[in-house]
Amino acid sequence: MITKQERRYQHGITATIMILVVLTLSPFVLLLMSSISSESSLIRNGYQFWPQTFSLDAYKYILRNSDTILKAYGLTIATTAVGTLMSLFLTITLAYPLSRKSLKGRNVITFLIFFTMLFHGGVVPSYILWARYLRIKNTFWALVLPNLLINPFHLILMKNYFEHSIPNEIMEAAELDGAGPVGILSYVVLPMGKPIIATVAMFTILTYWNDWTNALYFVSDSKLWSLQILLQNILNNVQFLSKNSQVTSQIGMSVTNIPSVSVRMAIAVLGVLPILILFPFFQKYIVKGISLGAVKE
Amino acid sequence: MPEKLNKRSIKKNHLVLYLLMVPGLLYILVNNYLPMAGVFIAFKKINYALGIFKSQWVGFRNFKFLFATPDAWIITRNTVVYNVVFLIMETVFGIAVAIMLADMRNQRLARFSQSALILPDLISMVICSYIAFAFLSQENGMLNNTILPFFGLQPVSWYAEKGPWPVILSVVYLWLNIGTTAIIYLSSIVGINKALYESAELDGATRWQQITRITIPCIKPTIVTMLLLSTGTLFYSNFGLFYLIPQNSGMIHDVTATYDTYVYNALMKSNNIGMAAAAGLFQSVVGFILVLIANKITAKVDEDNALF
Repeated sequence: MITKQERRYQHGITATIMILVVLTLSPFVLLLMSSISSESSLIRNGYQFWPQTFSLDAYKYILRNSDTILKAYGLTIATTAVGTLMSLFLTITLAYPLSRKSLKGRNVITFLIFFTMLFHGGVVPSYILWARYLRIKNTFWALVLPNLLINPFHLILMKNYFEHSIPNEIMEAAELDGAGPVGILSYVVLPMGKPIIATVAMFTILTYWNDWTNALYFVSDSKLWSLQILLQNILNNVQFLSKNSQVTSQIGMSVTNIPSVSVRMAIAVLGVLPILILFPFFQKYIVKGISLGAVKE
Repeated sequence: MPEKLNKRSIKKNHLVLYLLMVPGLLYILVNNYLPMAGVFIAFKKINYALGIFKSQWVGFRNFKFLFATPDAWIITRNTVVYNVVFLIMETVFGIAVAIMLADMRNQRLARFSQSALILPDLISMVICSYIAFAFLSQENGMLNNTILPFFGLQPVSWYAEKGPWPVILSVVYLWLNIGTTAIIYLSSIVGINKALYESAELDGATRWQQITRITIPCIKPTIVTMLLLSTGTLFYSNFGLFYLIPQNSGMIHDVTATYDTYVYNALMKSNNIGMAAAAGLFQSVVGFILVLIANKITAKVDEDNALF
C-alpha cells in the first residue's frame, strides 16, 4: 500500500535528483556543443547549449594540424599504461605480504605507510629531490614516477581485501601443497582479488590520464607535453594565440585561420572523450571503490 | 604428508615475502620519507650552487619573512575559510542526496543518477577549467552572452572581478564532489537495519522523523570519520581548483590564493625557495597537529570512531 503522502515524497525526491543530474551533466553538453558550433555563431552568441549554426571546422582543423595533439595523445597513453602497470606491481607486491597475519613486523610497516597519509614532507623537498638529485626533469619518467606510483589509501584497501575477503584456509591449503608465496600470489590472490585489483586499476588509470601536476613541475620541453598540460598551455595562451606567433609555433599550430574559439573546446572534448566512452564500463568499479573507502577497517 | 610446514620452509617463505615488498618499500622511502627528512630546507637559505646540505642555516628567518607578508594572512584565511564552507556544504548536501537516492523506489534510476553525479569527479581539473571558461569567458562565455543579457544585466569581466569568486569556486567544488560524498554516505545508509524503519512506520513516524531519529544517528560514525579526515587537510587546498579555474589571474588573487597556489608560485615562478618551503612545512605541521587533536577528542568522546 502506498499512501498519498509517500507518493508525494517519491515524486519530490525523484524530481530533485533528476534536476541535480541535469545540472551535473549540462556542462559536458555545453563543452560538446561549443566544439561543434560554427566560429561565426560563437563569435556572435558565445558558447551555447544549442548553437545557431553547426560546423565541424574545429575538428577538421585539428585533423590537419594533428601532429602535436596526436603526439600528446600517444604520450598520455604511454604514461598511463606504464604508470598503471608499475603502480599495480608495486601495490600488489606490497599489499600481499602485509595481508599475511603470520608475517613479523607487518603492523609496523603498515603503520609507516599509513603515516604518510598523515604527514607530508611538502612540495619543496619533494620537488628538489626529484628535480635536482634524481634528475628526472624533462624525461618521460617525470610523468610516471613522482607521487603517483603508490597511493597509500589504495594500498591499505587492497591489503584489507586480501586479508578479509580471501579465505585464509585456501592459502594454507595451497601452502601445504607446497606452493611458495609467489605461487600463492599468482594462483590464489590474483584470481580471487580480481575485484579490488580491477577497482584500484581503474582509479590508477584515471589518475595518470588526468594528471597535469607532474608535467607542470617537471616538464618544460614541449616535446614531453602530455595531453592535459598541452590543453593547459593552450588555455593559458588563449590571449596570445592570435597575436604571439612564438607561442603558437611552440604549440605547433599555424597562426592563420585558427577557428580558435571552437578549436579550444574541440581539443578539450578529445581530452575527455576516452573517459566518457569508457565510463559506462568502469563506473560500477568506481562506485564500489568509493563505497569501499567509506567502510572503516 | 606433513601435517604442518616445517620451520625451515616457513622461514624461507617469509624471506620471499619480505623480498616481494622491497620495490614498494623503496618507493615509499624515496617518494615519501626522504622529503620528510628534507623539511630542514625551510630553515636554510638555499643556494643550488652549494647544494642543499652546504647552504647556509638561517633559523626561522624564512617563517618570519613569510608571516610578515600580507600574503600569509590572505592564504591562511582563504585556505581555512574555503575548507570550512566546502565541508559544511558537502556534508549537508551529500547526506541529503544520499538519503534521496536510498529512498527512491525506482532503484535503477537511483543507480543511474549516482553514476551521473560522480562523472565530474573523474575528469581532469584542466578540462574543468575549460568548462568554467565556456561559462566565464568575457567575450564568448555563456554568462556574458546569454544568461546576463536575459536578465538585462551588464557583462562582467569574470577573471578580473573578486566578488563572484567565492561563489564560483563553491559551485565548482560542489559540482565536483557531491556525487562522491553522496555515495560514501549512501553506502553507510544501505547498511542500516530495515527493521528499524518498519517499526517506526508502524508507530506512525513521518519520513522526516525517520531521517532525524534513525538515519542520521545510524550514519554518525561515517560523518565523524569524514569530519576527522577533513581536519587533517584544513590547511590544504585542491591545487587544481584554485590554480586552474581562476587561471592564476593576479587580479583576483586576494580571493583565490591558498597555501598550495602560494607554494607553487613561490617555488616555480618567483624562485623563492625558502618561503615556499616555510609555507609548505607550516601546512604539514599544522595539518598533522590538527588531526592528532581531532583524533584524541574523538577517542575521548567515542572510542570506536577514532582513526587510530
